[in-house]
Amino acid sequence: MSDTPFNRAAKATPPSVAAKIRGLSDRAIAWIFVLPTIFLLLAVNIFPLIWTINLSFTNFRANRPNREVEYIGLRNYERILTDSDIWLTMQATAHFLFWTIFFQVLIGFALAWLINRKFKGNDLWTTLIVLPMMLSPAVVGNFWTFLYQPQIGLFNYGISFLTGIDPSSFQMIGDVTLAPWSIVIVDTWMWTPFVMLICLAGLRSIPDYIYEAAEIDRASKWRQFWTITLPMELPFLMLAVLFSGIENFKMYDLVVQLTGGGPGSITELTSINLKREAFEKWRTGYASAYAIILFVTVFGLASIYVKALNKVKER
Amino acid sequence: MSSYSITEPSAPQKWIAGTLVVAYAVITLLPLVWILTTGFKSPVDAIAYPPKVLFEPSLEGYVNLFTTRTRVSPEQLEALPPPETWYEEVVRNRDMVIAGPSRYGERFLNSVIIGFGSTFLSVFLGTLAAYAFSRFKVPLKDDLLFFILSTRMMPPIAVAIPIFLMFRTLGLSDTHLGMILLYTAVNISLAVWLLKGFIDEIPREYEEAALIDGYTRFQAFYKVVLPQAATGIASTAIFCLIFSWNEYAFAVLLTSGTAQTAPPFIPTIIGVGGQDWPAVAAGATLFLVPVMVFTILLRKHLLRGITFGAVRK
Amino acid sequence: MKTAKLLAATALVAASGVLAPQAQADELTLCWAAWDPANALVELSKEFEAQSGHTMKFEFVPWPNFADRMLNELNSGGKLCDLLIGDSQWIGGGAENGHYVKLNDFFDKEGISMDDFAPATVYAYSTWPKGTPNYYALPAMGDANGWFYRKDWFEKPEIQEAFKSEHGRDLAPPKTQMELLEIAQFFQEREIDGQKRYGAAIFTERGSEGITMGATSSMYPIGFKYEMTPGKYDMEGAVNSPEAVAGLEFYKELYKTATPPGYTDSYMEQSLDAFKSGQVAMAMNWFAFFPGLYADPDTGGDKIGFFVNPGQAKEASTLGGQGISVVAYSDKQEAALEYIKWFAQPSVQSKWWDLGGYSCHVSVLNDPSFADSAPFASDFLLAMDGVMDFWQEPAYAELLLAMQKRLHDYVVADQGTAQEALDKLIEDWTETFEDEGKL
Repeated sequence: MSDTPFNRAAKATPPSVAAKIRGLSDRAIAWIFVLPTIFLLLAVNIFPLIWTINLSFTNFRANRPNREVEYIGLRNYERILTDSDIWLTMQATAHFLFWTIFFQVLIGFALAWLINRKFKGNDLWTTLIVLPMMLSPAVVGNFWTFLYQPQIGLFNYGISFLTGIDPSSFQMIGDVTLAPWSIVIVDTWMWTPFVMLICLAGLRSIPDYIYEAAEIDRASKWRQFWTITLPMELPFLMLAVLFSGIENFKMYDLVVQLTGGGPGSITELTSINLKREAFEKWRTGYASAYAIILFVTVFGLASIYVKALNKVKER
Repeated sequence: MSSYSITEPSAPQKWIAGTLVVAYAVITLLPLVWILTTGFKSPVDAIAYPPKVLFEPSLEGYVNLFTTRTRVSPEQLEALPPPETWYEEVVRNRDMVIAGPSRYGERFLNSVIIGFGSTFLSVFLGTLAAYAFSRFKVPLKDDLLFFILSTRMMPPIAVAIPIFLMFRTLGLSDTHLGMILLYTAVNISLAVWLLKGFIDEIPREYEEAALIDGYTRFQAFYKVVLPQAATGIASTAIFCLIFSWNEYAFAVLLTSGTAQTAPPFIPTIIGVGGQDWPAVAAGATLFLVPVMVFTILLRKHLLRGITFGAVRK
Repeated sequence: MKTAKLLAATALVAASGVLAPQAQADELTLCWAAWDPANALVELSKEFEAQSGHTMKFEFVPWPNFADRMLNELNSGGKLCDLLIGDSQWIGGGAENGHYVKLNDFFDKEGISMDDFAPATVYAYSTWPKGTPNYYALPAMGDANGWFYRKDWFEKPEIQEAFKSEHGRDLAPPKTQMELLEIAQFFQEREIDGQKRYGAAIFTERGSEGITMGATSSMYPIGFKYEMTPGKYDMEGAVNSPEAVAGLEFYKELYKTATPPGYTDSYMEQSLDAFKSGQVAMAMNWFAFFPGLYADPDTGGDKIGFFVNPGQAKEASTLGGQGISVVAYSDKQEAALEYIKWFAQPSVQSKWWDLGGYSCHVSVLNDPSFADSAPFASDFLLAMDGVMDFWQEPAYAELLLAMQKRLHDYVVADQGTAQEALDKLIEDWTETFEDEGKL
C-alpha cells in the first residue's frame, strides 16, 4: 500500500502544494483526474480524425513530401465508390463477417449452454477453451500457415485422417474456393471463446426461480429453452454479434499473416486493402477518404444495431 | 447448493455436456500444442509426413532462434577449433558457424518495455478518470464515455494514417516512447470503462465516512478507494498488458527496428535457406507461454473482465 | 564479444598509427535483405571494422517484408539505417524524396569513378533520372533472375532416352522459353528414384514483387515492353501487345502444367526449398543464391547445373541487384561514406566476389579468369548483358502493386484473361502516371 504511485507522488509533493491539492474542491479534482485522459484521447483520436477528414479532400502522398498538395474536393470519395475492385474487397469482407459471426455465435452459444450444465471442472475447461483468444493473432496466424501446408500440415493431415482424402490434394490458403474458408476457420477458432463468454454471462444471469416456476407448470425442457432461455439470452446474443462483428471488421493481423489477401485478391479484406493503399501505394489522401467511408459505415451500422438492441432489452 | 434443486442438471446430462466440452477443448488446443512441440523438433521432424507426434527432442529451434548462422565449406569447418559450447556444436552439425546473436532478444525486450510502460500509464490515468466519472458530475459524461468506447471501433490501419504523419513530424517513429503513448491511448478507453465498473461497485459510504473523519477527497481516494479497487486495477492491467503484448498492426507500421516488438518480428524469422519452422515455433512459444500461464492462473478475474466491458452497457 | 572486437580494433589502430582516420568511432547500421549475400557482407565488413575503428551493426529483413519495411522506414524519416542496400527500383523515390544522399561530390573528391563499374549496373543501380550522371548509390550487388537444374537427373540415361523419344531431341538445358516449358512438363509428375517429381519452381508470390519478377522473366523474352517509346509512358500496344499477352499466357501455362502443387505464393525461399528437397527438376531464382546452391552438400556440386534465363524472340533477363546508398536521415553520414569508399576499392570488390557477393566492378568482371571462377559466372555475364528492369519511377511501389494484383488474379486465382489483365494494368498505370503529372 505504502508503495503505490499515488503515495509516492503525494510524498514527493511539497507540503504547500500538497495542502492545496488536498484542499481542492471536488470539481477541481474531477477535472484534474479526467483531463490527462481527455487530452490523450484528443491527441491520439480526435485530432487525427479531423486531420484524416481534411486529408481525404486532398491528393496528398506521405511518401512525396516535396510535392504540392492540392484540394480536390470529393474526387477521392468518388473514385472509391465507383471502383469495382473495392466492391470486391467489400464482398470478401461481407463473406468473412457473415460466416465468422454465424459460426462463432452458433458454437459459442452451444459451448456456453453445455458449460452451464455445471459439470465438474467446468471452470478449468472454460479457461483452456479461452486460451486461443488471449494470444497474439499475428504470431498464431503465422503458425497456422504451417498447419495448412498441403501434405505436411497438421490440418490437412487431420482432414485426411477423418475423410480419407489425400492430404496433398487440397490446399487451404492457395485455392480460390478454399481460401475464404481458411480464414473463417482460423478466426472462428480464435474468437469463438469470446462469444462463448458473453453467452455464458447471459445464461448465468437468468434467475433459477423462472425455471422453477416453469417446472411447476410442467413445461417441457424443450419449451423452457424456447420460451425462457432463448428470449432472456437474446440481448446477450445480440451483443455477441455486435462485438464479434466489430472485431472481425477490424481484422487485419490474423488474415494478413495467413493469406496476405491472396490468392489474387480473394481474401483481401478492407483492412488489408486499406493498408495497401495507405502504406504501400502511399496514396494518403485517397486512403484517408477510404478510412472515413469505413468509419461512417461501421459507426452507422453499429448505431442502428444498438438502437435495435436497446428495444430488445426494454421488452 | 442443494442437489435436490429441480434446475440442477441431472448426472447423465452433466456427463454428456462435460464430454462434449472437453472434446472441443482438446481439438481447439491442438494447434497450440503443435506450436509448443514443433519448437523442440529437429527441422527434419518438423516437416515429416505423416506429422510426428513422438520425436526425439532437439534444441536446434531454440539455438537457431537466438543466433544468426553462416554456412561454411567442410574444409573451413575442419580448420576451426573444436566447438566450445553445446549450441555451437548443434550449429556445426549443420555445416554452419554462429555469426552472431539474432535480433529476437532485443525484440522481446522491446515488447516487455512497451507492454509494461503502456500498461502502467493507462492504468494510472485510467484509474483517475474512472474515479472521476464514477463519483463526480462530469459535463457530457455519457457522451464522453460512449465516445471513449467508440474509438475502438476503427480498424487500426485507418487510425494509423494520421498517427504515422504525427509521429514523423514529432520524431516519434520507431521509438519506445511513441509506442508507449500510442498503446496507452488505445488501451485507456477500455481501462476507463472497466475501472469505472469496478469503482462503481465500491460503496460510496466508505469514502463518505472517511470524509467525515477529516480526510480530504484526495486522501479518501488513495487511502480508501484504491485499496478496494486493487483487484479491479490488477485485472485491468492484465488486459492492457495482453493487448500491448499482442498488438501487430501499429507495430508493423510505426516501428522498423529500434522499437520493434516481437509480433511483427516472429513471422519474419527465417533460417539459412528456407523457413525454419522449429525456430519460428520456439520464438512463438517463448512469446505465448507467459500469456497462457497468466490466463490460467488469473482466470477468475480475467474471465469476468472480458465480459464485463461488453455486458455492462 | 563486442568489447573483444573493439579491443582488437583499437590495438590494430594503435599499432599502425597511420590508419586511424577519425578520432571518433561510430556504430554504423547497414540495412539489407536477409539472404546469403548478406551473410557474406558481414564477413567482408570485418575488415572495414578493423581498419576504420567503426563497428558495424546489421539489420537484415527477409525479402517478402524488405521493401515494405524499408520504404516505410525511409518515408517516416527514420534513423535506423545509416547505409541501405536498397532495391534497384527504389532509386527514383530515394532521389526525388530526398531519402538518399547524392554521391557525386563525394565520388569526385575521393576519386571514385563510375566508369570502373559495369555500365548496365551503374545505369540500373545508381542513376536518377535514369542514365544521367546523377548518382545516388554505388553499385553493390549485381543480380538477375536465372535458372538451375538437377544435372544428375538430366544425365540419367533412362531420362535422356525417354525425353528423346518424346520430343525427338536431346535433353539439355533449354535455349528458349518453349524448350523450358517442354522440359518442365516432361518432368512434371515423373517418377525418379522412386519419388514423384515436378517440373519447375517459379515465382508466384503475391505480397511483394515475386510474381512480377517471375512472370517478366518469360514476358520480356517473348515480347513484353513497358513503353512504345522510352520515356513517353505510351503503354498501349507495348504492355498489352499480342506478344505480351502470349508471354503472360505462357507463364500461366508453365504454372498450371509444370510446377509442384501448393506453390501458390512462392518466392525465393520456396524456390530454394523445392529444389533442395528434390521436388523439382528446375527452378528459377536470383544469381545471388547460386554460390550457396553450388556449395550445398546434398543438391550442389555435381548434381546442379545453371543456365541463363532462356530467350525467345530476344534474349532478356529480369534485373535484380542493388546499390548501396547513404540514408539522408542518418547522423553518421561521414562514417557511412567512409564505408562506401572502402567498399569501392578493387581489392575489396575482388574479395566480395570470392565470398559470394556479385561485384559490379569492372576489374573483377573483366578479369580473364572471372568466367571460369564459378560454374555460373559466365552465365552471370550473359544475363547482365540483357537485363530489363521494372519501372524505377518514384511511384514504383504503386506500379508494382498494381502489376502484382493483375498477374496474381490471372495466373493463380484464375480471374479473367491475360488480355484483360494487361488492359487493366494499363488503366492502373495510367491513373498513377496521371496522378504523377507525367501523362
